[in-house]
Amino acid sequence: MGSPSAHFEELRLEGVGRRFGHLDALSGIDLIIRRGEFVALLGPSGCGKSTTLNCIAGLLPISAGRILLDGRRIDELRPEERGFGMVFQNYALFPHMSVRQNIGFGLKMRRTPSAEAARRVEAAIRLVHLEGQERKLPGQMSGGQQQRVAIARAVVIEPPLVLMDEPLSNLDAKLRLEMRAEIRRIHNELGATTIYVTHDQDEALSMADRVVVLKDGAIRQVGRPQEVHDRPADIDVAEFMGFRNRLLGTWEAGPALSFRVGSQAVAGLSRGADVRPGRAVALMRPDDVTVAAHGDALSAHIEAIEYRGQGYIGTARLDGGLVLQFRTERPIAAGEPVRLAPDPDRVLIFPSD
Amino acid sequence: MQRKLQTEGAGPLRRLRGNGIDGVTLLVLPALALIVAFFVYPFAYGLALSFMPKAGDWMANYRAFFSDPYLYDTIAATLNIAVPVTLTSLVIAVPMAFRVRLLRRQRLLTTILVIPITLGTVLVAEGLLNYLGPQGWFNRTLIALGLVHGPIRLIHNYWGVFASLLITGFPFTFLLTLSYLSGIDPVLEQAAATLGANARQRFLHVFLPLLAPGLAINFCLSFVQNFSVFPSAVLLGAPAGETRVISIAAYQAAFEQFDYSMGSAIAIIMGVVQLGIVVLILSARRFFYRGATGGAKG
Repeated sequence: MGSPSAHFEELRLEGVGRRFGHLDALSGIDLIIRRGEFVALLGPSGCGKSTTLNCIAGLLPISAGRILLDGRRIDELRPEERGFGMVFQNYALFPHMSVRQNIGFGLKMRRTPSAEAARRVEAAIRLVHLEGQERKLPGQMSGGQQQRVAIARAVVIEPPLVLMDEPLSNLDAKLRLEMRAEIRRIHNELGATTIYVTHDQDEALSMADRVVVLKDGAIRQVGRPQEVHDRPADIDVAEFMGFRNRLLGTWEAGPALSFRVGSQAVAGLSRGADVRPGRAVALMRPDDVTVAAHGDALSAHIEAIEYRGQGYIGTARLDGGLVLQFRTERPIAAGEPVRLAPDPDRVLIFPSD
Repeated sequence: MQRKLQTEGAGPLRRLRGNGIDGVTLLVLPALALIVAFFVYPFAYGLALSFMPKAGDWMANYRAFFSDPYLYDTIAATLNIAVPVTLTSLVIAVPMAFRVRLLRRQRLLTTILVIPITLGTVLVAEGLLNYLGPQGWFNRTLIALGLVHGPIRLIHNYWGVFASLLITGFPFTFLLTLSYLSGIDPVLEQAAATLGANARQRFLHVFLPLLAPGLAINFCLSFVQNFSVFPSAVLLGAPAGETRVISIAAYQAAFEQFDYSMGSAIAIIMGVVQLGIVVLILSARRFFYRGATGGAKG
């Protein structure tokens, strides 16, 4: 069912760039998205993820490269000719139309016969669990309900691609978690292809089949959530993925694979065999650094301790002067000496430049 | 402290406070006094005066007005100018506002447009008298371009008044339209586009319904302005003929025949006609959506 383009095989971005005046908001974006995939565009604000989405939707013209849908060039088409469903951050529901009219808008524009349109709108309302709300105006609904209307409105036209621009960022934490599962369920139920923009790494990791990490208008890494989470491609991606501890030191490589910070060293690391010995950066998540009772550890003094619900995150200063964040089950008073042991399998080593 | 403030004062005073009436409310009094002195009293005086004719019973003025075509025809003559001018300026303002809303340098345009408002009707009318006259630039250009053989008559008739009202009233209509249009979240248009609506459909299904209440208000304000036309109808029109508007009739009654009572009656009739049109337009507003024109939750 639906338009022929619903049966596309792949969307291909080739060297896509976008300039705003003298500023390159986006440059050299190469990406292939296959049918049925759920792809998350992840990055800090200003990284170009929303720009990419708007370029795909046709809301922003591209200034370099091509966008192809099954080999057919679409970057010169107007948004209404591309027919991708889009869910906006502020939902962008038509305030003067009821829920039913909002959802039916795309079908009306396509001149879908009214009986079929009514049937599809009904199905979309059931899909997003809004039965009984059909006659309400958007202004009479909660944020979460508005979000459901926006999703139904985008998917009812059976678009080849569903584009979502930070759709959950205006919702409260509990609703956000619920809607994550909902969006993923809808994606699976429809067999849709979804491109999802977010700055929330949890969201990207939990929902997507593939994560595309962007920074400064360029793609830094593309991979499955586990890959991006465990093996970030560079220091920027690692820091964005939560590797908040950054130690500058000397990589000794050799058989022991040890990293020296000042007079101390962490040995027995499992990563970084490919990094040349010399000045290097070691990155680790606070969660992967724990207090050691004995054995190989870095000695430090506690500077601050912060309660996080599940345990504490402490900040300690190493004897060499560097700062390290770590996880602990119980609070430790400031000024106390402590021995910190990073999980050797989870420390990343990057050459420093 | 807060609590103490709230519980202070007993009985009626407290109830007043609960309804938001307190010492600060007294600041309204000077404005209220001005309204009573300069609007309510003169209006009531005029209304009473209109029922005290020089001769005959209390309804004599009104009966005289509606039995003399020379007088009652002025209503049609005024509507005949005010409605087309108002509609024309709206029809020009809407597409222009759609273009201007995308411009970055709106302020320059706004400044240019505000000038005719500040100049006032009389100066604009004087200017047009020369510009549109038989020897004016407009006619000379038309003749030079070979579009007409002799000067066409644009002043001392309907079109002179029409042009003058349009020029002085348009900036106001335009700026109001622009502000209503800017209040509509541009993301709504993007959403409509991704759903397959082309530019015409986006205008018809998204912009127009959201703009309609604003346009209705805009129509009313502009219409009331145009209905009370006086200087340009005298200077640029044919005040004894096709542009003998109702304000001219009122002026003649009051200051040429010195029948203040009749003048008041005509002014009251003028007000009633204006009010009728405004009520008609505003009551049509309930068929439109009225509310937030943004997509987001407030």
